[in-house]
Amino acid sequence: MEGEVVLLDFWPSMFGMRTRIALAEKQIKYEYREEDLRNKSALLLQMNPVHKKIPVLIHNGKPICESLIQVQYIDEVWNDRAPLLPPNPYQRATARFWADFVDKKIYDLGAKVWRTKGEEQEAAKKELIECLKLLEGQLGDNPYFGGKDFGFVDVALVPFYCWFYTYEKFGSFSIEAECPKLIAWAKRCMQKESVAKSLADQEKIYDFVLHLKKALGIE
Amino acid sequence: MAEEVKLFKTWSSRFSLRVVWAFKIKGIDYESIDEDLSNKSDLLLHYNPVYKKVPVLVHNGNPISESTVILEYIDDTWKQNPLLPEDPVERARQRFWAKFNEENLLPTIWAIFTTEGKDLEEAMAAWVENLKFVEEELKGKKLFGGEKLGVADLVFGWLANLIGIFEEVSGLKIVDERYPLLLTWMQVFSELPVIKETWPPHDKMITKYQALYEKYHPAK
Repeated sequence: MEGEVVLLDFWPSMFGMRTRIALAEKQIKYEYREEDLRNKSALLLQMNPVHKKIPVLIHNGKPICESLIQVQYIDEVWNDRAPLLPPNPYQRATARFWADFVDKKIYDLGAKVWRTKGEEQEAAKKELIECLKLLEGQLGDNPYFGGKDFGFVDVALVPFYCWFYTYEKFGSFSIEAECPKLIAWAKRCMQKESVAKSLADQEKIYDFVLHLKKALGIE
Repeated sequence: MAEEVKLFKTWSSRFSLRVVWAFKIKGIDYESIDEDLSNKSDLLLHYNPVYKKVPVLVHNGNPISESTVILEYIDDTWKQNPLLPEDPVERARQRFWAKFNEENLLPTIWAIFTTEGKDLEEAMAAWVENLKFVEEELKGKKLFGGEKLGVADLVFGWLANLIGIFEEVSGLKIVDERYPLLLTWMQVFSELPVIKETWPPHDKMITKYQALYEKYHPAK
């Protein structure tokens, strides 16, 4: 079942982190290959010719692209342990809906918070908090989005937690002040080894973004 | 066993049509509720508070929104005539192309329809890039699903009807002879028994999109 598993990734990518978490949850041995996005490897371009992006999961030589698709693939192939999607179709649909919501909203809003200033930044901050509050509401009193178990939506969202520090510093606001339950959830997830070892250090992310802004000429 | 299967849709929504096709493929009876998006029903807003859009499927009181989520729910719930195969690699492949349609093709076609001048040139260039990949993907395949109709076909389905309408309304050639496999697929797809008579009325579509086109391209 295992075969050869390779992950082409980039350490600060919250999308790569999702796949790392899924692989760790299932205790799958794999080779992690760091990509230099300014100098993409021939393998990356060959395995993801359409988007030329990371993460790319390569299983027995076959590429799987797009992080949530990778997480579902991992859940389907290694279906004998640590299920990420529940068996009930309605619960699966709910999980897919909220993971898709995270995909539609959080990355772009977060990027606007660290890239922009003034009105544009304020609007992005406001909308980001609204989206996080909506997610917090969905969590309710459950320990995880998956209910009592860590699941698909948890995997989709938790990587953004290591980026919150960056959003907060550039946006001069506190996500914890607005969404305390969500931060409590994130800290709970960080207690899991699969999450703790997959997320990047938040200060390193901040430094990375500082350098990136300089390189892009963004003040 | 009385089962509640309700579909909130509109007469023209390409997203709602995907769900209609899925129900036809699986032979599922459902109640259709046509919405007026300029005057959304309380029920729709109640069932889809996040996006307030169609389609919404309500199955025994449980609402499901977002067409691709609905398609997978239908496949999980009603096992006959599966929309996705068993093989995880194939499932991932169809999901990838469904996402490509949503995030790449649809925004680009909208840009082609609504912009002019340099913006239109850029949109067309992006469209050509996108179609190259789509054409490549169809090599050696009868359908996006392979031998059988799959989720990817249902998601790409809009092309088979709307491209013709957009071309008629805008005067632009949007899918030309550089894409023989895609053109063939559009024809094959349209001729399938489950798809054949499901398109919204042609005249009504022309009227609708003509008005929309004029809105974005006011006569100078």
